[in-house]
Formats: sequence, C-alpha cells, structure tokens
Amino acid sequence: MSLLIFKSILILTLFLVSLGIAAYSTYAERKVAAFLQDRIGPDRAGPYGLLQPIADGTKMFLKEEIIPMFSDKWLFILGPSLFMVTALMTSAVIPWGRSIEIGGQVYSLQVADINVGILYILGIVSLGVYGIMIGGWSSNNKFALLGAIRASSQMISYELAMGMSVITVLLISNGSLSLNSIVESQGEGKLYGFINVSGINWNVFYQPVAFIIFLTCAFAECNRTPFDLPESESELIGGYHTEYSSMKLGLYLFAEYINMFISAAVISCLFFGGYNFPGIDYLGNHLPMNIVSLISVGVLFCKIFFFIFFFMWVRWTIPRFRYDQLMRLGWYVLMPLSIINVLITGALVTYFGN
Amino acid sequence: MSSQILFFILASLTIVSALFVVFSKSPIYSVMWMIFCFFTIAGHYVMLNAQFLAIVHVIVYAGAIMVLLLFTVMLLNLNKESEPHKSPLPKFAAIITGGLLMLVLLAAMHSSTLPEYSSPAFSDVGYVQKVGTKIFTEFLLPFEMTSVLFIAAMIGSVVLAKKDKN
Repeated sequence: MSLLIFKSILILTLFLVSLGIAAYSTYAERKVAAFLQDRIGPDRAGPYGLLQPIADGTKMFLKEEIIPMFSDKWLFILGPSLFMVTALMTSAVIPWGRSIEIGGQVYSLQVADINVGILYILGIVSLGVYGIMIGGWSSNNKFALLGAIRASSQMISYELAMGMSVITVLLISNGSLSLNSIVESQGEGKLYGFINVSGINWNVFYQPVAFIIFLTCAFAECNRTPFDLPESESELIGGYHTEYSSMKLGLYLFAEYINMFISAAVISCLFFGGYNFPGIDYLGNHLPMNIVSLISVGVLFCKIFFFIFFFMWVRWTIPRFRYDQLMRLGWYVLMPLSIINVLITGALVTYFGN
Repeated sequence: MSSQILFFILASLTIVSALFVVFSKSPIYSVMWMIFCFFTIAGHYVMLNAQFLAIVHVIVYAGAIMVLLLFTVMLLNLNKESEPHKSPLPKFAAIITGGLLMLVLLAAMHSSTLPEYSSPAFSDVGYVQKVGTKIFTEFLLPFEMTSVLFIAAMIGSVVLAKKDKN
C-alpha cells in the first residue's frame, strides 16, 4: 500500500469519525443534560434513543430551505460552508496514535506531521471566525450581525491568551512546534524526574495554570457556555444563525460539535500526553506493534471523550457570562496570568535547564 | 516540473484575486478576495520552504488583521445608495499616478533579464528553529526595536480610544 493511499484512507476515516462523533455528541449532550437535571432525555428513537441523531439529521435535511430576500445569497451560503471546512481542517495535524505496520511498512497515524503543527491549529481556529462573521452579516439581520460581532471580538480576545498558554507548553517540551514531537516528549522521561513510569510525563503536571487558561480559551473559541454570547438565545434570538434554516443551520450546529471534538483532542495532545498512557513502553515491548497502536488510539479517544463530557458538564452547570464580564475575564485575568506564566516558566527553564 | 506548474497556478490565482480586490463593487467582497489573496501568498511561502512565515502570515493577516477590517466594513454598512458622488478629479489623478507606476515597472522589467523559474533546493532555512535563532542572534536589535514600535502603537491606540473625561 503506498503512502498516498494510506493517507487518503486516514483522511476519509478521520472525516467520518469527526462527523460520527459530532452527531453522537448531540445525543450525548442531551443525555448529559438530562442526567444533570434529573430527567430521562431522548429515549423514543431506537433503544435508549440511540437513533436520535439520525432522526435529527434527517429532519435537518428535509426542512424547507429559506434564504432571506435581502441577504447576500453567495455569502449566505459561504458562511456555514467555511465554518464547516475550518472545523474539519484542524484534525490533519493531530497524531492519533502510535505508528502502525502494514505489510512490513510503518505508517504514522497522522495526516501531516508539519513542522509548525500547533501554529497551524491556531491559524485554522482563527479562520473559523469568518464563517460566523460572514453568515451573521449576510443574513441582513441586526441580531445576527450582533452575534457575529460578539463572536469575532470574543475569539480574537481569547486567541491571545490561548497562544500564550501554548508557549509555556512549548518551553518545557523539547522545543518543537510539531504536535507529534510534543506528544512524544510526554511519553519519555520521568515525571518530576523520579516517578519512573513510562508514558505519564504529561505537561499538565508541570503546567496546570497553562492548562486551565487553555481550557477556558477553548470554551470561548468553541462558543460554548459559559461563553456562548454569540448565540445567547435570551438576548439575540439565535445570534449569528438566526436566519439560517435546514442543513445550513445544521452545518453551524454540527461544526460546533466538531470544534469541540478537535479542541478536546488538542487539549489531550498538549497537556495529557496524547496517545501516551502509563506503561506504554512495557506493553510496547511485550505485545505486537499494531495492538499497542490500537490501544494508544483507544486511550486518546478516551481522553477526548472525557473532555467532550467535561464541555457538556460545564455547559449544564455554569450560567452564561455577561458580555462585559467575558471581556474583562479575557483581558484582565487570563491575559496577564498567561504572560506571567510564560515569564515564570521561562525563568525556571533558563535557571534549571529542562 | 510539477512545482513549476503549481507555482504558475498559485501565481495566477494570486493575481486574479488581487484584481478582484480592486474591481469588486461591494467592499465585503473586496475583503473576502483579499483574504483569499493572502492565502495564495502563504502558498508561495510554503513553496519556498518557509512554513513558519506562511503560517504566521495566515495567523496575523488572514486571522487577525482581516477580521478587524471585515468588522469595520460590516459596521459601516456601505451601500451603493449612501455612497456620495465623487468628483472626477481624483479618478484622473489615480489614472495618471497608476500609469506612471506601470511605466516604471515596465521599464524595470525591460532593463532586467528574467531568469527561468527553478524550484529552490530543499533547505530548512524557513523552519521555526532557524528563523528563531536568526532573530535572536543576528537580528536582535531590529527585532527589539520593532517590538518597541508596536508597544508605542498599542499605547497610542489605547490613549485614542479612551473616553474623554469631559
């Protein structure tokens, strides 16, 4: 099997997995909400309501499609498409597991191990705002425009703190921007220099502050509660997607869940060792390579599912911020905190070495 | 050979999108084409093995500056009806200056020989480590000077944006 075919299969798999996880995240979200509010949640479609996402998707497809008369038609279509494309593009640089071996050849489970992996993710995330802005503006609706403006200013504000918290991770890992080597560096070495278990040298144990900042910013970048001001229904009806109907609305909602999936993956890779798990080297020496790779993929997905659950948990626990509170948190708290964190980490790394 | 074809596709896309920036009637479309243009330029950087420059170009220009520009254009609500009638004088001035610039460019192209395009040999000169080392050793002074310049601009904008107490 040539490399090109393998990568194509990998991309297709990732695409389908992203969509599948996004679909079942909507189901999980309802179930988690129901659990937290002491309800049952969807249980009509199929056993335990498992066919609910399919029913929802069918409904979205079959609904009448309305394009407002005074909207800019091309931009109105471009908005949700761009949002979806940017959401799907980020999964390309995430290492999904250890390399696997097919027919004597070793393939890495990463679409592209580019030299500037984490910057690529930040870049694509910063482009995601265009989908919201264009959609909100072209709807020709004051509420949608307000939602779009809120979304863009929120995303620009939180990107800075996010970038700063990534810098601290880069300072303590082996100085590469490639996500693969960031993950690999967390799989080797001893935790705090003396706990000798392979695959547990995770960045979160060295950078808890950066992790909290990154997590908060991830919430803001995904427009999730408590930072879902762009679509706060009590103030703006539906925010930027007020005028959208049918599958275009579906794309916006869907892309949000894909963003959540990808941010969970990025958080796992940056702070929780990616596909590494305690004892990975021991298993690597005793089991065939492909089985260990599959276990590592499973471990990464467990971490991802935990963070998706965490996103939902927070959504149904914490009330929405007010917009000025959101901006104040971003600029007065997270931004100085992350800069101080960079300075302290830089000083410590310079003084003690790695 | 394939990189040459890629170069020509990218270059033509860049030029066409840059033309659309100028010729679009709606400013929103201008901004959109400009974002596309920045992407094609980032593509050129990638072809020159300058991945870091390419991605920073996308983050800074397409991701931040153009968002702010789009923001402003959206809030201004530039419709055709509200556009004031312009006198023809600036148009003539623009034609003359543009024509002069074109003359200069044509003269420059005429007097220089255009070399055949050859894809650059693989080098890691544009990678993050190399760029970082260069910036913090050889070009430290200019780099720090630019940061001072940026701080001055930031403080200036804060001062301008601050509400007048009166």
